[in-house]
Amino acid sequence: MIGLALKMLFGDTAKYLMLVAGLFFATFLIVQQASVFCGLMRWTTATLKNVAAPIFIVEERVEQVNETNPMRDTDVARIRSVAAVRWAMPLYSGIQRVRLDNGSFKTIQLIGIDAASLAGAPGRMVAGNLADLRLPNTVVIDELATERLSPDPKDLTKRIKIGDRFEINDVEARVVGICKAMRSFTGGPYIWTTYERALQYTPPQRKMLTAVIAAPVAGMTDDQAALEIEKATGLRAYVNRDFGTNKKDFNTSTIWWYVKNTGIPISFGTTVVIGFIVGVAIACQTFYSFVLDNLKHLGALKAMGMSNFRLSMMLIVQALTVGIIGFGLGLLATSGFAMGAIEKGQPPFFMPWQIPVAAFCAIQVICLLAALMGIIRLSLYEPAMVFRA
Amino acid sequence: MPDITPSSSIVIDVRSVEKSFGEGSNRIHVLKQVNFQAQNGEITMLVGPSGCGKTTLLSAVAGTMRVESGEIRVFGQSLETMSGRALTRFRAKKIGFIFQQFNLIPTLTVAENVGVPLLIQGLSSGKALKRSREILEKVGLGDRWKERPNKLSGGQQQRVAIARALVHEPPLVICDEPTAALDAQNGEIVMDLFRQVARSADRSVIIVTHDNRIFSYADCIARMDDGEIVEVRKQDPSKPAQFEHEHDLGKSE
Repeated sequence: MIGLALKMLFGDTAKYLMLVAGLFFATFLIVQQASVFCGLMRWTTATLKNVAAPIFIVEERVEQVNETNPMRDTDVARIRSVAAVRWAMPLYSGIQRVRLDNGSFKTIQLIGIDAASLAGAPGRMVAGNLADLRLPNTVVIDELATERLSPDPKDLTKRIKIGDRFEINDVEARVVGICKAMRSFTGGPYIWTTYERALQYTPPQRKMLTAVIAAPVAGMTDDQAALEIEKATGLRAYVNRDFGTNKKDFNTSTIWWYVKNTGIPISFGTTVVIGFIVGVAIACQTFYSFVLDNLKHLGALKAMGMSNFRLSMMLIVQALTVGIIGFGLGLLATSGFAMGAIEKGQPPFFMPWQIPVAAFCAIQVICLLAALMGIIRLSLYEPAMVFRA
Repeated sequence: MPDITPSSSIVIDVRSVEKSFGEGSNRIHVLKQVNFQAQNGEITMLVGPSGCGKTTLLSAVAGTMRVESGEIRVFGQSLETMSGRALTRFRAKKIGFIFQQFNLIPTLTVAENVGVPLLIQGLSSGKALKRSREILEKVGLGDRWKERPNKLSGGQQQRVAIARALVHEPPLVICDEPTAALDAQNGEIVMDLFRQVARSADRSVIIVTHDNRIFSYADCIARMDDGEIVEVRKQDPSKPAQFEHEHDLGKSE
């Protein structure tokens, strides 16, 4: 019966292609938009990925990592005094402006780390030496900065390299290293320097300390240490893991802040819902039309003694088959999009396994809805109708 | 009213069957106290003007439609007492269907179309295909088994439909206007096949038709008018049937 169902399906090439196209389009919209949304949300936590410290301590009202509510420099010492803390270092994080050779300005994400320990330094250097950051007026830039801060990004020979200089707020900076880093939510490249020098690059304010990064003593978990720090200092201590892993996770808190306080989820969510609706509309309409076109054949099968159950199973097999093919092609197209996005570095793209699984379920729901419409129509069809020409 | 005398060779026994369609003032009484019998090894034709209830009676006898009152026994089993599922199984096993428009599935090959009743009975597609090719040889289409139905002429398509109706060797074959879409020559070929079918395997063949060219093939002709069987005539298939109201029979639907 499966063979019969599939031959009937593939035989009607026009409707088969229409069904596959509708489900392909729906899959692509759902997976691509959901993945871009996840990528964008992931970008909001870029600082947490690029500054790989287990604990982030911030001012008590801070809910997300891109929100700066400066603390006093003395807070570093207060945190170090907590017994649960193995080490604690100051961290500066802020958006600053770089003036290029051609006079134009670009925004950057400036990170200032402790000069002695270099805690919070980039994890993967591509060129140069991280220790050179201790030399005067030096910075380590990410790969994006080599292009973004170039006077002519299209000309590969003019890309920023080690030894090149530019100005951050009129203060000279010399490149001593290039590293890999995740892109920031604002799109600006990451630039690391020492904490003290970061304060020189930044227009003076009463309080300049963005956060304190810390690690727990041996035998204590990050969560326990964070709790101890909060109790002792009254500051907010977050752990740095990954989205959804922990209530006290800074990534989770940051992403939820963006979900609750921006229109981003509504915008992307609307597109995903539209993808689903388009899929339902095209698949149901086309599949119903396919059933109507084949009604006299299906009616003949019914008259010849095929049960409603087996006829329904045939329709379900047909619907799920186009669902699987449409989903596969949609996922393939999304992968092509993803490869382009990853190569170019934008738009943001992150596809956790839950997205294709959820999209597959959504597409199969669409197909089952389409099959259900056909089943209802077929169950209302009296086999005696087949005798009425 | 025709005389009804039950006998052991009777395969279809319809007694006092009533059927109507619609509600209230739109209600149409299609079958009125119909009594009808068909015997083993015979071709029985149901004839009559359009709207007289031939197709409704055929549907009821085929178990594709329930009647309001009366009883239909096929091979001694009362269709009215069967559940829907049992009736479906009964149709699959006991009845071969031939439709006016052939109803061959265009995306299947000729042999695959013929094998459909065997698939319905749960046979594997390989066995069904083998059996289909055997029966296609018998209807003279053994060399066309791989082709799609739309590549065949109307007569050939009807022979495929006949092969499909016979492939699972049902004891009863139901035909709705089997020659309506055929020219005279193809109509004769098809009717010769029906005669062989009825005689060789002791099958009962019930044919609803308007086509008075084929009346001579019938062993028994039941004439219907206004929901009633008004005349039943046994005949020698070699001699043409004579009816009191023969001019009524050739009207098209």
